[in-house]
Formats: sequence, C-alpha cells, structure tokens
Amino acid sequence: MPTYIDQVFSGHERSLAVNRQRLEVVASNLANAETPAYKARDVDFRSAMRSAEAEGVTLRTTRPGHIAEPGDARPASLHYRTANQPSLDGNTVDSDKEKAAFAEASTRYQASLTFLSQRIRGLRLAITGSR
Amino acid sequence: MSLTKIFDIAGSAMSAQSVRLNATASNLANVNSVSGDPAAVYRSRQPVFSVDSLGSDSPGVAGVRVDDVVKTTAEPKLVHMPDHPDADENGNVYTSNVNVVDEMVNMIAASRSYQNSVEVAKVSKELLLRTLSLGQ
Repeated sequence: MPTYIDQVFSGHERSLAVNRQRLEVVASNLANAETPAYKARDVDFRSAMRSAEAEGVTLRTTRPGHIAEPGDARPASLHYRTANQPSLDGNTVDSDKEKAAFAEASTRYQASLTFLSQRIRGLRLAITGSR
Repeated sequence: MSLTKIFDIAGSAMSAQSVRLNATASNLANVNSVSGDPAAVYRSRQPVFSVDSLGSDSPGVAGVRVDDVVKTTAEPKLVHMPDHPDADENGNVYTSNVNVVDEMVNMIAASRSYQNSVEVAKVSKELLLRTLSLGQ
C-alpha cells in the first residue's frame, strides 16, 4: 500500500494525460488523411511518460499560499511517421495504421481508468470499513 | 486540454468530408449538363483541404479546413448534336468535364474518411464519459 495519498495513483494519472494527447494526435492524423502535404505524427509513449514523470508540469505559484499541483503532462515529444507508401501529394497518413494506433491508445486509456477507479474503490473501502 | 478537442478535430474532418460529398453529388448530378458555350458549361468542382490548428497552440492538434472549392480546368467535351436547341452554328454542344470514375472514387474515399471520424468521435465520447464517472 502506498504511504502517501498522492502516490496512490502510481503514474496512471500521467498515463491518462499522455494517452489523451496521443489520442488527439492520432485523431488529427485520421482527420487529415486526405489533406495534401500533411505529415502524420505520433507521440513517443515511452519518452512522453518519462518526461511527464521527471518534470510533471506544475501550476505557477506566485504567492506563498498557492499549492504547486501536478498538472497535465507536458506536450510530449512528437515524431513524424515514416511512410511506407507516401502518396504523390506529400501526405504520409496511413489510415489503417492510424486506426490501429487509435484503438491502442484508447485501450490504454481505458486500462488506466480501470486501474484508477479500482484504486479509488480500494481506498474508499479502507476509509469506510466494510460498509 | 481535454478530450473535448478530439470532437473539434473529428467534427472539422466530418464537415470537410461532407463538403467533398456535396461537391461529388453536384458533379455527378451535372454530368450530362450541356451548353452551346464552352465557357458556360458546368465544370467539375473539387474542394481543397488544408490543415487547421483549430485555435489551439498544442502542436498535435490538426483539424481540416476547406480552403476553397475550385472548378477543374479540364476541357469540356465536344459533342455533335445539330438538333439540340443549345447547339452552336457548327451543330456542336459542350458537355461538362466531370469524370464519373474520379467522382465515384472521391465519393468512396470521402465516405470512408467520414466513417473514420464518426468512429473517432464515438470512442472519444465513451472515454470521456468513463472519465467523468471515475471514482463513482
């Protein structure tokens, strides 16, 4: 059991933020599947998680009473995809690949949500007893 | 920064693709339009897409914007129809420059792309609702 209440989510809240950003980027790729010269991008999950862990962005604290709260994950490093078959108009989106990436990111997001709600349920059980 | 941005992205893609479907429908409807004047005959209309940042400064957000709907420059087809009321002095009329095969391909691509966006919006909605009910 984690000692501190702010460690209780053990990184899943960061995973949510990174996956949400990845969903956004992949949705942009899918939306621009027909836009000339659009280059598909993706979030490097590993490095995004690492940077979110290392330097979770904090709210600006201008007065002593302000609490520095870990906010959203940093805009993670975006990389351009290498196209297998680049089209003549310069578009590098592969819709099938993007759909797979979207499914993966949404599954990871749901997994993190499940972990989080079970943690919350466990904590609540511990707080309220057997009720 | 929230999942709601995805609705903007998917929405912009759906509206762009429906502009494309509209253009395709117009082109297919006018495939047999004729005129005696080559300048007045119906010309195929095609939307031009470009990336729209949707007012967000996040680098990953890219919606779709319809920049313009252009008329293609392909020459209208010349058909000899002396009986046609619009025929010119040589008995020729001009029919639209719409290429039916191109339009059918456009239609299929647009509807696939539209379906993808609908799917994206549906999944995002489920994720958002699950996030909202977190801890309940």
